Amino acid sequence: MRSMRDWSVRHARGLSRLYVVFEHLMVAVAPLARLIGHERLERPVAAVERRIKETLFDCRMCGACVLSSTGMSCPRNCPKNLLNGPCGGVRADGSCEILPGMTCVWVKAVEGDRNMGGGTIGLLPAGDHRLIRRSSWLRILRQRSKESAR
Amino acid sequence: MKSPGKLEARLAAGDFVITAETTPPDAATSDAVMERTGCLKDLVDAVNVTDGAGARTHMSALPCAAILAANGIEPVLQFTVRDRNRLAIQGDMIGAAALGVPSILCLHGDSITKGDQPDAKAVEDTDSRGLISMARQMRDEGCLPSGRAIDPPPGLLIGAADTPRDPGAGFNTDGLDAKIAAGVDFFQTQFAYDIDVLRRYMAALDDHGITRKASFIVGVGPIMSARSARWMDANLFGVHVPEHVIRRIEGAADEKGEGRKVCAELIEQFREIKGIAGAHMMAPRGEKAIARTLTDYRIRG
Repeated sequence: MRSMRDWSVRHARGLSRLYVVFEHLMVAVAPLARLIGHERLERPVAAVERRIKETLFDCRMCGACVLSSTGMSCPRNCPKNLLNGPCGGVRADGSCEILPGMTCVWVKAVEGDRNMGGGTIGLLPAGDHRLIRRSSWLRILRQRSKESAR
Repeated sequence: MKSPGKLEARLAAGDFVITAETTPPDAATSDAVMERTGCLKDLVDAVNVTDGAGARTHMSALPCAAILAANGIEPVLQFTVRDRNRLAIQGDMIGAAALGVPSILCLHGDSITKGDQPDAKAVEDTDSRGLISMARQMRDEGCLPSGRAIDPPPGLLIGAADTPRDPGAGFNTDGLDAKIAAGVDFFQTQFAYDIDVLRRYMAALDDHGITRKASFIVGVGPIMSARSARWMDANLFGVHVPEHVIRRIEGAADEKGEGRKVCAELIEQFREIKGIAGAHMMAPRGEKAIARTLTDYRIRG
């Protein structure tokens, strides 16, 4: 839903703050998640994550969420799959050259970045295609709990 | 003739052919290609150039094949569907013919998750059968799938892979028939170290009339050691190395030498089996071992 996507970019600052709280929460439940088993959690968590993020961001479940570095505008909605800024075909009004009715996800990303205070967009490496359809939250939970164990 | 290659001419003449396999180097000079593969010159009818074997990056196959062609070694260029989409593959097929490549082998390719960059994207825009029919259409109809003409069209002899197996109850040749219908001219097979299974397999293919529709070049190679034989038996898809062969290599003072002897003997046996058009010699990083087997045992196509 594009209107919802635009709302998320407008409220990028609030959403990113909410996410920081959510991440702390995840770290707190990490021992429980380990107890249940990450693989057993994969499907239900991914299903919930999909529901929420599809509604808010038109999430494509790439499994390697970068919303915090793209002004809460999901770059996977770019028809050319561009992870590092717009292509040369953005129209003068900021719309996509392939889907004219859509504002370029990178125009939106810059708007969202500004709303978040700026400086959040950096160079993103090529995605890990093994993660597609998997939960990004669980991946981060695993990563964070490994980091805090160290 | 479909291609300008010696391989096709010799297959058409009913000669027993010898092909070998090489992997492009991790080096950015044409000298590196010839250092590795030059030893096969004048010993084999054609040399297959692997396309990202094991889902690892090397010098890309097309320039490597062009370097071989320019240096008097006829290449068989391998194509996988893993790393390029159909547009790139079609372009490479046309370019390959322009650079003196007369034959191609159409494969799916090793899984990207088994390679050394498992996070990369597997393209898989089409499958090996799709590759075969694209190549055939470009060659025979002189046009791209869009209908746009290619003039002159790429004269490529089209190959595909096969795996010899014991033809048990319910054996059928549907897969082979489909590949032949798509446009295959020749098959190069997985290693066939079990000569009894191979005999039964070829007899079954002969019964089904398959060997009259396409040439079968059967895979074999100098075994490096008993350990490597056991590894191949356990890990390579469709490969069975009989226990007596492994024991024989194990019991030899020179395992490598015995491995070459086993290979040479198998090739001699292939010549006697109806329907086998030649031997395809493979040995990872073993171009020199292949050359030595051929010279020591005076094996000629």
